[in-house]
Amino acid sequence: MAGTLNFSPDDSYNAFITTCAEAPFGDGALAGIAVAIKDNLSTAGIQTTCASRILAGYIPPYDAHVVELLRGAGAAIVGKTNMDEFGMGSTTGTSAFGPTKNPIDPERVPGGSSGGSAAAVAAGLVPMALGSDAGGAIRCPAAFCGIVGFKPTPSRVSRYGLIAHTSSLEEIGPMARTVGDVSRLLSVIARYDPRDSTMVDRPYDHEPSADIKGLKVGIPAEYFGEGVDERIAEQVRTAVGVLEDLGADLVPVSIPGMRYALPAYSIICMSEASSNLARYDGVRYGPAVDTKKSWHEAYQDLRGEYFGVEARRRILLGTLTLSAGYAGRYYAKALAARRNIARDFERAFSDLDIIAGPTMPTVAFRPGEVTDPLALYRLDALTVPASLAGIPAISVPCGRVDNLPVGLQLMGRRFEDERVIDAAFAYEQEVRA
Amino acid sequence: MITESDIEHIAELADIGISKDEVPEFARQFNAILEYFSTIESVEGEGAPAAGAANAFREDEPRPCLPQEAVLANAGSTENGYIKAPRVM
Repeated sequence: MAGTLNFSPDDSYNAFITTCAEAPFGDGALAGIAVAIKDNLSTAGIQTTCASRILAGYIPPYDAHVVELLRGAGAAIVGKTNMDEFGMGSTTGTSAFGPTKNPIDPERVPGGSSGGSAAAVAAGLVPMALGSDAGGAIRCPAAFCGIVGFKPTPSRVSRYGLIAHTSSLEEIGPMARTVGDVSRLLSVIARYDPRDSTMVDRPYDHEPSADIKGLKVGIPAEYFGEGVDERIAEQVRTAVGVLEDLGADLVPVSIPGMRYALPAYSIICMSEASSNLARYDGVRYGPAVDTKKSWHEAYQDLRGEYFGVEARRRILLGTLTLSAGYAGRYYAKALAARRNIARDFERAFSDLDIIAGPTMPTVAFRPGEVTDPLALYRLDALTVPASLAGIPAISVPCGRVDNLPVGLQLMGRRFEDERVIDAAFAYEQEVRA
Repeated sequence: MITESDIEHIAELADIGISKDEVPEFARQFNAILEYFSTIESVEGEGAPAAGAANAFREDEPRPCLPQEAVLANAGSTENGYIKAPRVM
């Protein structure tokens, strides 16, 4: 049944940077299904920009492993979705191709950085999409747009062909309107690939089950406290009550290391970004560097002109936190904080199966409502801990506040992605019934 | 305390061009952000690699790679099958 899917959506939310009007597809588990791909995943022959002018016009000569797998499963790759430039943001507002709007309320941000993928799914332009998540970039837009988004355990999905931003944290994951579709997409992309040396051969082959009797669910006080909209906390408590009604046991828990999560995350992320983004010099790809100028002058001019302000801010901050005199104070401490948080979660999970809390401390806001860089970094407070701990985490819609979607975040033990999917599936089946 | 000349120095290290008008704003923001980062100075213990990270070795054997045309296709400036870069000296 191989063929071509015609895809010419009315993209009024600016979810896509590139669309493929005639998308070929094949046979397989996803035969003929339209899948949108975040624009930091390499697609052979299809422009891939990371929403940056410094990669405008770049046509990858190869597919990311996940894209190969999607094509192999028969999916139609219908386009590349908008994002914050290189994933640097939580609003999809730092894209060089203009902001994406939230389909639930176009006056509001869709979240980010996988905001284009979330908007494309929420608007019904595609049933499923791929995003990437270093500190919440799948879960945040999923929560803001009222869809399901999952960050798998690191090393289960190959990152070969994912354009590097923050290598020790970033994962590729599925986004869709239902937990079932998220699970379906994950079964296609979670396959071993030796080209990502951090991979473990733990393929995902799982049919979601709604039976969660006896599941021990931890409720960390830190996720319901300061900085979290009280109405969101209440909504999520209600959602957790649904899990209890389904037979789960709720247990209070504490993640004390969480207070250091945000600064640790920001330091690691920016340090790695400053190193990873050193490759954009206009020599091998991207806008051509002026080869008449001297080495440093040519690069400074090109990188000053083509990187957006947030990318330049983060490269500078990351260069600073890795530089002599600062690396010990910031980068080394951030690594220690990451290990402490991972241990806190490990301790908590010695007696628990799942940890539950809100995905985001607020609902989707209007562009311009939050502009200070520090205030924007703080939005990631509830998503970065799972990233630092290296555990799987899902955001599943759990009602509304001010008529805007709220996300329930469920986190699990390393390699227990199946259990996280089951808990989300049980919740979803119950509230939809 | 980050000064405006610190910002200019970091921009040099990172090969990031910044305009004169941006320097004071970056300096102001960086001081606020670093003050926030400093909360982790009290964290105890040593750092460790990301959870589950380990060295992965493979045999050093030649493997297929992209053809030369594909590698050169995205380069802004090429000559005789080479990629051209700005002069170093």
